[in-house]
Amino acid sequence: MAVFSKRSVEQELPEKIVYFYCIFLLQVTGLLGIVITGDMFNLYVFLEIASLAGYALIAVGEDGAPFASLNYVIFGTIGACFYLLGVGYLYISTGSLNIADLAQVLPDLYQSKVVLVAFAFFMVGVSLKMALFPLHVWLPDAYTYAPSTVSALLAPLMTKVGAYVMIRVLYTVFKPHFAIELIPATTILAWMAAGAILFGAIMALAQIDLKRMLAYILVSEVGYIALGVGLANRSGLTGAILHILNDSFMMLALFLVVGAIMYRYGNREISQLRYLHRKMPFTMAAFVIAALSVIGIPPTCGFFSKWYLILGAIDANQWVFVAVLLISSLLNVILFFRVIEHAYLEPEEEHAEGAELAIANEEAPFSMLMPILIAAAGIMVFGVLSGKIISTVIQFAVPGYF
Amino acid sequence: METIESIRPLLAVLVTLIGALLIIFTGERHRNLREFWTLLASVLKFSIVISMVPLVLKGNVLEFTIITLTQGVSFQFRVDQFGLFFGVLASALWIATSVYSIGYVRGLNEHAQTRYFFNFAICLSATMGIAFAGNLLTLFMFYEILTVSTYPLVIHKETEDAIMGGRKYLAYTLIAGVVILFAMIYIYTLTGTLDFRPGGFLAGHGSPAALIFLFSALILGFGVKAALMPMHEWLPTAMVAPTPVSALLHAVAVVKAGVFGCLRIILYVFGPEVLHDLNLWLVLAYFASFTVIVSGMYALAQDNLKRRLAFSTINNLAIIVMGAALLTPSAITGSIFHMGSHGFMKITLFFVAGAIYVKTHKENISELDGIGRQMPLTMGAFAIGAMGVAGTPPICGFISKWYLAMGSLEAHKVYFLIVLLISALMDVAYFFPIIYNSFFKSPKEPVNPNFDEAPLRMVVPLVITAITSLILGVFPNAFFNFFNIASMAAAKILGGI
Repeated sequence: MAVFSKRSVEQELPEKIVYFYCIFLLQVTGLLGIVITGDMFNLYVFLEIASLAGYALIAVGEDGAPFASLNYVIFGTIGACFYLLGVGYLYISTGSLNIADLAQVLPDLYQSKVVLVAFAFFMVGVSLKMALFPLHVWLPDAYTYAPSTVSALLAPLMTKVGAYVMIRVLYTVFKPHFAIELIPATTILAWMAAGAILFGAIMALAQIDLKRMLAYILVSEVGYIALGVGLANRSGLTGAILHILNDSFMMLALFLVVGAIMYRYGNREISQLRYLHRKMPFTMAAFVIAALSVIGIPPTCGFFSKWYLILGAIDANQWVFVAVLLISSLLNVILFFRVIEHAYLEPEEEHAEGAELAIANEEAPFSMLMPILIAAAGIMVFGVLSGKIISTVIQFAVPGYF
Repeated sequence: METIESIRPLLAVLVTLIGALLIIFTGERHRNLREFWTLLASVLKFSIVISMVPLVLKGNVLEFTIITLTQGVSFQFRVDQFGLFFGVLASALWIATSVYSIGYVRGLNEHAQTRYFFNFAICLSATMGIAFAGNLLTLFMFYEILTVSTYPLVIHKETEDAIMGGRKYLAYTLIAGVVILFAMIYIYTLTGTLDFRPGGFLAGHGSPAALIFLFSALILGFGVKAALMPMHEWLPTAMVAPTPVSALLHAVAVVKAGVFGCLRIILYVFGPEVLHDLNLWLVLAYFASFTVIVSGMYALAQDNLKRRLAFSTINNLAIIVMGAALLTPSAITGSIFHMGSHGFMKITLFFVAGAIYVKTHKENISELDGIGRQMPLTMGAFAIGAMGVAGTPPICGFISKWYLAMGSLEAHKVYFLIVLLISALMDVAYFFPIIYNSFFKSPKEPVNPNFDEAPLRMVVPLVITAITSLILGVFPNAFFNFFNIASMAAAKILGGI
């Protein structure tokens, strides 16, 4: 990512290079902090660090960026405040902020209204941060207008970290038993998620700008993860966690490709993508691999997370969700093949029989290309290694309850 | 009968993948080198596959696991008799098609040749993967790869029609893919495994309603590629592809993969026991017979040569499925053998269509009067292929039809015998006029009376496949041991080892 950013930032933000990297690092720190911490309030602190850095990074983008960032600021702050309120209520009821501690103490308090309200605040707050439908409104604008690198950095990570927080709250802080049996939180979550999946895909169909299309696909992907969480069984949660990994790579690859296209041409409309397979063959190849992964074609990694999600849905006897998952794959096909058709096919009149148009190879510079190729390779490799990943890592992440 | 660990199936798949990479890096500037990779890969692949024949004939199964994907399911190759049959068929025909393709694209000075050969190579890898897949998931994986790699070949010409045809193809095959995925995962929840077993592994699992639903879903899903009606519409539309694509893919690789998938479902997932219990075999056989008759009628109505051949393909594929559904030793043997014999005969016919197009730019049957005098070798090959499809001895089609007929008698259902006979009559009705017109009628426009065939690289393969069809009719085990493999597979399935 940092490797990729050098050229892109130089072109897009000539005056602010120093500030950019400064905030960039801050962002990464924040994100790392969130996943390492074992304390609820600490998590809030890091969440805010990451978010604030994020707001700043997005705001330096093109026209429309400051406004999009403002939108994000408002939503994000509401989300963070809700989270803080949740933390506050828990602290009042239990006197502790430590996650492990809370997990032990809370079960006795599940009947308390205060705890219930805290839970509600958490869920809403985190959903806002995660851009879970219908609280996703800030995302399309924010990620479209942000500088290319920023989108490529935030898109894979910010929302996934939000998902991580959600899983922590749902299943670690509050025992799974609470969210599944005592209150139907997971059911609501699952339905929201289904809505996200379909909404994201359908809105993406309507987009002209490639990057905006990807932003909506991200909303859809967040839906997949949330669905896995909401299904509340082993396969579903495995799928969700696996998808956190897979989606990061897919989104990374996709946004990096858009970044490269931006770098070369300054134009992102889908209809302008002619001849790209000649001009940027490797970049487009990576795009195709990422597209296949989003659609869910083996052996890319996207197939395997979908496998587990569908398995989870069948285990839970939720046939509607199975249908949603399958239909979304088909919607994704339409989405991506539209782009691929434009990029790979040439209008018939413009090439004589047998002639190869003399279009120069204007591939992205190596420092940009390398990360793209690594991401694409990662998609394939993680796909094949899914079994290993699950048995060595994810298996232990899924709480024993399931 | 033992299970041998062997890396050969993996190698067979990898050969063309590596070839594909070499092709795309060699590119247009070094055409001859690029063509060399294609040919080298095809010959290597064929030799690897053939090397497995002696082992499999002794009743062994070659296995190779790459990685475990999830509990009870791994990414695994298992070469059994049926899989090897398909593998041998596809790799043998690919050699012929490679040579033919080179002649075709050069003869027409086609654009985007590198892309063409690249996708061709990947497509063959995928076909090998399908043939040697040891379980439903591996098969599905390669099945989807096949769809994705054949799409650029279908839209190769990039005309309005081609792009529309490609979209239709994708729509049909990817929706089918989703249906298969769902059914596959459901089966996994029922049984915890997806490994193919001769005689099926679903016995005793799941309620009858669930089984019937799953069977229908899977047959519908695989039936798209197998062009069973009413899922067949993509095939005639896909004839916009260049002829070698139609020849190999739609006479051999893609559609045979569909039929292969159907047969795997019928014989290795569900199996005779379950299908007899639920009477699904009869339902499927009737369903397929409908396609047999109706496609024959469609074929009679077509003037475009390739479209007529497309409907004939649909006809024969349905015969294969129908035969397998009958679940008797002769029927299954005949069905599997027909996969092979039809492959050789049909590819000859498509090759001829392409040769005619390259030489004369004619596509319609009504234009073909007298062309036999100009291109006797080509039309002679056509005659052999066509009469073989109709089931005339001594061409190989006769053997498969004979066994299928015996099979329907073994199943005590004369109806299917009648269906077979009617389809044979229809075959004669729509092929014979072509042959007759080309040799005995005078051409409408002046035709070169001298011997003026299509380029050699096209004529040689089609003559070879025609002669092979002839030889296989007399010695069904020539070269590839087709017949033995087929009957062994049938015995295994019904004996349920």
